[in-house]
Amino acid sequence: MPTPSRYWREIPQRYRFETNQCAKCGLKFFPPRLICPECKNQELEEAKIEEKGKLLTYTIIRVPPHQYVDQAPYAVGIAELDDGVKLTGQIVDCDFDDLKIGMRLKLEFRKVFQEGESGILCYGYKFVPDEL
Amino acid sequence: MQGIVGYGAYIPRNRIKVEEIAKVWGADAPSYKKGLMLEEKSVPSPDQDTITMSVEASKNALKRAKIDPAEIGAVYIGSESHPYAVKPSGTVLAEVLGATPEAHTADFEFACKAGTEGMYVALSLVKADEVKYGLAVGADTSQGAPGDALEYSAAAGAAAFIFGKENLVAKSVETYAYMTDTPDFWRREYQYYPQHGGRFTGDPAYFKHVIGAARGIMEKSGMKPADFDYVIFHQPNGKFPLRVGKMLGFQREQIDPGWLVNLLGNTYSGSSPLGLTSTLDISKPGDMILIVSYGSGAGSDAFIFEVTDRIDEVRDLAPKTRYLLGKNKNYLEYGEYAKFRHKIRKAD
Repeated sequence: MPTPSRYWREIPQRYRFETNQCAKCGLKFFPPRLICPECKNQELEEAKIEEKGKLLTYTIIRVPPHQYVDQAPYAVGIAELDDGVKLTGQIVDCDFDDLKIGMRLKLEFRKVFQEGESGILCYGYKFVPDEL
Repeated sequence: MQGIVGYGAYIPRNRIKVEEIAKVWGADAPSYKKGLMLEEKSVPSPDQDTITMSVEASKNALKRAKIDPAEIGAVYIGSESHPYAVKPSGTVLAEVLGATPEAHTADFEFACKAGTEGMYVALSLVKADEVKYGLAVGADTSQGAPGDALEYSAAAGAAAFIFGKENLVAKSVETYAYMTDTPDFWRREYQYYPQHGGRFTGDPAYFKHVIGAARGIMEKSGMKPADFDYVIFHQPNGKFPLRVGKMLGFQREQIDPGWLVNLLGNTYSGSSPLGLTSTLDISKPGDMILIVSYGSGAGSDAFIFEVTDRIDEVRDLAPKTRYLLGKNKNYLEYGEYAKFRHKIRKAD
């Protein structure tokens, strides 16, 4: 589980999807990097990832880590966002029978987990079906 | 002139029917449905709370407002179910939207009228030119004790409003507040469920304050019920808003667009604000709207808005409230509902 300071450090990514991209070849990554893995360029510019995409693959977690026990079974998938970034996340608000490779997804703000009954509440993104 | 620049709603997908709750407690479902005028209520998923719903409603409000979130100078969430006892909800919301660090934030609490309290203050700060834009959210994941009448109605949802002075969707014509000290509903520190005064929550509480605020704002503005196209009252159940509307001289057609409670339940701080979002969804330029909230303890905030031409431009930029109410529903059995609402005591 993250400490409050680690959780706090990741707020720009978990809350606002902030990242960076290579100023030379344009490759966007998530989370942000210090060096472009493609062209090794160190000149990077601020960027945000798209909040919509399509489902590439998924699995159903039935034996979860202990902090996710109450949520099991749940779906975890990898989506290709509309800017090409591939992102892993939980898929919620969707019955397992309705999960389809290629389906449209969007990011929604949810509680990811909590540190027991008295620790901090950790918020971030999950995928939900994009029906609009 | 100050008013609403953008508005947005959020309703979770889970529902539980009155019959499902009544079955567990051996209660007579038809009499509850008739008595409360309720069919079902919304239930938050375990990963949803006042903060997550406030974020989604506010993002929808931003889509309609089309403003830079960094220009929002005040961020208020009104709720009686703030996830932390000590630590603000509003800081998370402001951080997600990108309104930090130059913003004033506060969490409001006043039973079911905490949402309109935030609206009242945000609107007033805009009027006083203290901030360019003010955001106020009414949101709740309200709790009713197992077997209590409140369990049939206590629901979840959020409505957000961004106030400003330019590009208005609705102009603020008048505001009015009416309150007394009336102990009709309360929850003491460290208590899990609220308690209420039964029938005492009616005449000396809900009706006295809603009528007081509605008559007060109409007198202040020189308007009468027939001058309004729509009216929204707080909706603790289906009957109270219809009865108070009749007592004040409003027609059912004026109430219906914002009357969501039969399929939504009582979303507490989100109740009358969600009624306003649903009414704005169907309103036309020039329409006059009256909204009167109610919060136990007790008091009512009242607002008169006049809809502008911009409503036609922004209405479809975010999901409409009745669409959210009807989409992708997931009906729960009582056992799932009890788990979702943390009503089951587990071993440490």
